[in-house]
Amino acid sequence: MSLSRLFRTPEAAAGLVILGLLVAMAVAAPWLFPRDPLAIAGQPLLPPFQDWALPLGTDRLGRDVVAGLFHGARTSLAVGLAAAAASILVGSIVGTVAGFAGGLVDEVLMRITDAFQTVPGFLLSLALVSVVGPSLSVVVAAIALSAWTGPTRIARAEVLSIRERDYVASARVIGMHPVEIAFREVLPNALPPVLALSSVIVAAAILTEAALSFLGLGDPNRVTWGGMIAEGRAVLRSAPYLSVIPGIALVLSVLGVYLAGEGVVEGTAAREGQA
Amino acid sequence: MSALLQVEGLSKRYWRGDRDFSALDGISFSIAPGETLALVGPSGSGKSTVARILLRLVEPDAGSIRFNGEELLGLRGAALRATRTKLQMVFQDPLAAFNPRATVARLIDDPLRIHGIVGRADRPKAIAALLERVGLAAELASRRVHEISGGQRQRVAIARALATRPALIVLDEALSALDVLVRGDILNLLAELQRDEGVAYLFISHDLGAVRAVAHRIAIMDSGRIVEEGDAAAVIAAPASATGRALVAATPELPVFPRLPVFKETVS
Ligand SMILES: Nc1ncnc2c1ncn2[C@@H]1O[C@H](COP(=O)(O)OP(=O)(O)OP(=O)(O)O)[C@@H](O)[C@H]1O
Ligand SMILES: [Mg+2]
Repeated sequence: MSLSRLFRTPEAAAGLVILGLLVAMAVAAPWLFPRDPLAIAGQPLLPPFQDWALPLGTDRLGRDVVAGLFHGARTSLAVGLAAAAASILVGSIVGTVAGFAGGLVDEVLMRITDAFQTVPGFLLSLALVSVVGPSLSVVVAAIALSAWTGPTRIARAEVLSIRERDYVASARVIGMHPVEIAFREVLPNALPPVLALSSVIVAAAILTEAALSFLGLGDPNRVTWGGMIAEGRAVLRSAPYLSVIPGIALVLSVLGVYLAGEGVVEGTAAREGQA
Repeated sequence: MSALLQVEGLSKRYWRGDRDFSALDGISFSIAPGETLALVGPSGSGKSTVARILLRLVEPDAGSIRFNGEELLGLRGAALRATRTKLQMVFQDPLAAFNPRATVARLIDDPLRIHGIVGRADRPKAIAALLERVGLAAELASRRVHEISGGQRQRVAIARALATRPALIVLDEALSALDVLVRGDILNLLAELQRDEGVAYLFISHDLGAVRAVAHRIAIMDSGRIVEEGDAAAVIAAPASATGRALVAATPELPVFPRLPVFKETVS
């Protein structure tokens, strides 16, 4: 897909620019700010634009806000991508098995999916983190726990239509094992609509991670935007920038990921429409 | 000669709306090794249903299928997959019958790999040999299925079917998507393969010209029953059933052709 097509609409272009910035921040964080972002860098509650060594000031404990922003981008992006990848992996496998096996297997798997979908997703994530304890991998698992049902339903619907195609019949005719048919012939062809969901899942995962951190359930050894917002809450009147800066970063990132994803999906659809 | 395939009393009912109707109503026929039986009949008469039941893609309500002396309908799992090597099928639309992501090499590699017919190291050579066998250049192996022509695709489908050295290949309207010249070439290929390897065909077709060129015997179906059966040339020349007469009458070019020896005939 050509870049010009991706940048066709202003929304998609803006999304890609923001996403690019987010990725750049995440990648550059350890080089630009090699010090532990949780360490004290200067006098506490230094306002932004006062000291060029600490351009966005410091928080209540004297920690560098810019360093936090950069390292927080790293956490947000890592959690978002990992949670989306886990959701899509689990969803496409469960959806493929349900749709391809049919019968009782389908019935059982889809009732389980229903059960997960009726419980509010954030409650599930909250419950898992509070039981197992906060760490990056638990947060990723907790978000995936609430996000895998969407990909499952889409994958299953796609598989139900693909399994009636002639090439699946042809695979059976040559004696291919049903497991290989499901995962080699059917699943890869069912993936495109599932992958189209990924930007929405990444965006939601970034938000969920921020919300968990805001509630103090994020990984305590990492800077997160949600944690920074929560930190700033105590001094919201005297130093609102401490909450506002990571808040803006969060909103922009979610918007950027979503817009970029939509742009890619539309670009792909346009290409397929042309073919 | 003992039959390769012996089909007895095959029945299949489908639900249509609130009542069921008979797609197959007690069909019986047999095919000898190395023989071509043509199955013709109007649209909806049940020809594809016969093909799909033979390949165990659809389960019949009643009947028996003896293939190589073994009851096919009782087989499942690994035993069924092993028997499939001897019974293959070529579909009508090869584009729909191939995984859209697959390359030609992978399509032909699949049966060789699954049934352990050729060791991994020798498979590229075996694939090239099979492609050559069906008249394709070995360079085609790396192409994807949408990067080759319809005629080439159907040759690939035949190569894939041949890979396991089957005793019977079911061809369900396998030539109807092709233009007349390509159709003639593939008919010649089928005849040549039959001569060299003794493979039998169940040749399902609308095209009586093609049927007369390759079939030894013909069975005419109507509404789930076989209404006439016999020597292909004789039945086409003088059909006894109303369905047979209607089919011949619907093929106006047919009487124009002189009778040529089987396999040499040009196709209208
Ligand atoms: N899965 C199904 N469900 C319901 N009815 C079916 C199904 N498959 C086939 N039929 C019906 O069974 C009858 C026989 O169909 P079949 O496909 O075997 O006909 P055919 O002789 O191959 O026709 P054509 O020449 O058009 O390919 C038709 O009336 C068809 O509508
Ligand atoms: Mg048919």
